[in-house]
Amino acid sequence: MKETRRDLIKKAAGAVGMASVIPVSKPVISLTLEEFLQKHFKEMTEEDKREVIERLEREYKEKYGIDANIKTTPPIKGVVWGYALNIQKCIGCRRCVYACVRENNQSRGSPDDPSIPAIQWIRVVRVEKEKIHPESETGRDFRTKFGEVHAGVNIEITDSYYDPDKVPEKDYYYIPIQCQQCERPPCVKACPTKATWKEPDGIIVVDYNWCIGCRFCMAACPYWARHFNWAEPYIPKEEINTNMHYLGNRLRMKGVVEKCTFCIQRTREGKYPACVEICPVGARKFGNLLDPESEIRKILEEKRVFRLKEEAGTNPKFFYFMD
Amino acid sequence: MGENESFLKFLFDAIFVAFSGGRRYKAWLTALLIIIIFGLISYSYQFREGLIITGMRDQVSWGLYISNFTFFVGVAASAVMIVIPLYIYNFKLFKPIITFGEYLAVGALLIVIANVLADIGRVDRLHHMLPILGTPNFPQSLLMWDMVVLTGYLLLNLLIPSYSLFKTYHNTKPKRWIKAFIYLSIPWAISIHTVTAFIYGGLVARPFWNTALMAPRFLSSAFASGPAFLIIALLIIRKNNEILREEISDRAINILAQIVAIGGVVSLFFLGTEVYTIGYSQSAHWINLKYLMFGLEHNGVYYGRLVPFFWASFILTLVATILLINPGTRKNYRILPVACFLIFTGLWIEKGLGLVIPGFIPSPVGEIHEYMPTLMEVMISAAGWAFGFFVYTLLVRVSIAIETGEIGSYGGMSRLDYLRSLKERRSSE
Repeated sequence: MKETRRDLIKKAAGAVGMASVIPVSKPVISLTLEEFLQKHFKEMTEEDKREVIERLEREYKEKYGIDANIKTTPPIKGVVWGYALNIQKCIGCRRCVYACVRENNQSRGSPDDPSIPAIQWIRVVRVEKEKIHPESETGRDFRTKFGEVHAGVNIEITDSYYDPDKVPEKDYYYIPIQCQQCERPPCVKACPTKATWKEPDGIIVVDYNWCIGCRFCMAACPYWARHFNWAEPYIPKEEINTNMHYLGNRLRMKGVVEKCTFCIQRTREGKYPACVEICPVGARKFGNLLDPESEIRKILEEKRVFRLKEEAGTNPKFFYFMD
Repeated sequence: MGENESFLKFLFDAIFVAFSGGRRYKAWLTALLIIIIFGLISYSYQFREGLIITGMRDQVSWGLYISNFTFFVGVAASAVMIVIPLYIYNFKLFKPIITFGEYLAVGALLIVIANVLADIGRVDRLHHMLPILGTPNFPQSLLMWDMVVLTGYLLLNLLIPSYSLFKTYHNTKPKRWIKAFIYLSIPWAISIHTVTAFIYGGLVARPFWNTALMAPRFLSSAFASGPAFLIIALLIIRKNNEILREEISDRAINILAQIVAIGGVVSLFFLGTEVYTIGYSQSAHWINLKYLMFGLEHNGVYYGRLVPFFWASFILTLVATILLINPGTRKNYRILPVACFLIFTGLWIEKGLGLVIPGFIPSPVGEIHEYMPTLMEVMISAAGWAFGFFVYTLLVRVSIAIETGEIGSYGGMSRLDYLRSLKERRSSE
């Protein structure tokens, strides 16, 4: 192991280490000149991309001892991805949340340091059905009594940390929320460096090596879909998914924003997103919005469909529906 | 620049005098340096561990740093409240205080920059915002606009007073071209706080900020907080310098205090219209304001960490405004600085924690997660303050030294002749 590491360092001859000035026991920031001079993904030539990917794979090998395969699979022509979720079927089991974490290499939260938060791209919120809100001590509660769902979903105050013995619970709806892949994404407008953008297949992606970590996009997102690496992400090496996409589930670093990409590493190769596959009740549907024969189009035509926060004008490609 | 107008001599003299002063002056600078050092030590932890050492999380993704950033942009913008009366209305009594006002913008902007830098997750990639080296998202991203206007404003407020001091130092007349920059600085001042307000106002995701009143509210509170700070600074300067005790007139300070009072009144009025519009209609926008003003209750738990701050801010601003409207208390030099301190503090809460934090609570998907800055976060932010105060102190020291003839090339005159000419110059201008 030591031998190979030394070899690797030798091989990376062009990489001038710009080590941190702070004397600390653990490696702080191993910023190489190559990394510093790296271009924006969209401005890279194929040659540049190959070099960057080689470097990243080398770094992952060095750090975790894994053989990662980082792809840059382009979007499929004639495809715009859409997602539909049957809110009547969802039982709130959160299997999608954990499948997503595993598939997309999200930080698990460190067992050594409980302060390091786990990152989850899917948030399942619980809202009460047909609730008549009592007068509260702190002022009049004004929400409709016609039930949040049938009168439009009211997610003003929700429960994200529900923990019953058994789901589903009789009086609740569960609404899994992840990136809604807006057609008019406010996050993309907000980003000062164009580090996040909409791909031709409608997916909003982030170049993790271009993000400066200002978090304006997080403030701009109406769906709380963007998450920040407050600390160096922690993933046990045996749990790393080595099938990676540069714009998707490759390993992230401290200080950058990340988000759901509809599993870009899978969907661009004809597979379903991990959350669709794992859902035990078939509440999650995924497909090409441009294909009139697709299941997603059938749902949009035949079911009662709504989108979250329509009034925001963001035009999500993530739909919720009821039978 | 004339042949005899050595810039280097001016610079060396200025630097030398900036660090010379009485014991209290040096103690003040040392205290600020100590705060800066503690902040830097804290920042080294943040640099190593990440922003995890702060109280911010995904739910509340901006905190104390951005609060201080927002507030001090306002303080910086308020220099215009000295520039407009002096250069548009030719209100000569503001002449002796103009450099202190313009340099206040510099100090405030340094606090702004320090706090923004502290908030950035990857400072090693800041060049991604620059043209050629990076890919600036201009004109789409308001952060790009903010960077442009803040940088420009910093340069303007370094140039204008420094040029004026340079000319006084050499006892020569300022060239007319500087007027162009002075007039430019007026709309520019408005622009920095407008753009900063638009950062918030343009976000449909955050109903609490998504209001057209954002920019007017920003400006009105800025025109109270900045001059309030300046009054305190001027009173300290007057107390410690005999020459300036005559120069900085009671009337100038009184007018400045009236500006603060008007800013306070308009701020309170805007707050009232906002609370009425959202509160009476009880629309979806109400929830964040309700959290700020009364707190929220959910599943039997009460969340109201900001409630005391809101009411403290409201009461401080109200009391200070009343004290400043009433001529008896406004002209009382024991009450005046207290009132200024109260309104400065009240508006700091209002434009800082009271504006930034409730925008995040509850989160867009309905989670109530309260925010509390950590000690290290406070120390880093405080170091930003100390840095701004430090530089402002030095700049004020140099201004005083030049304006009172302590240093200068005097255009070849003797010091006494120069002092006489300085006096004539002020009365004739």
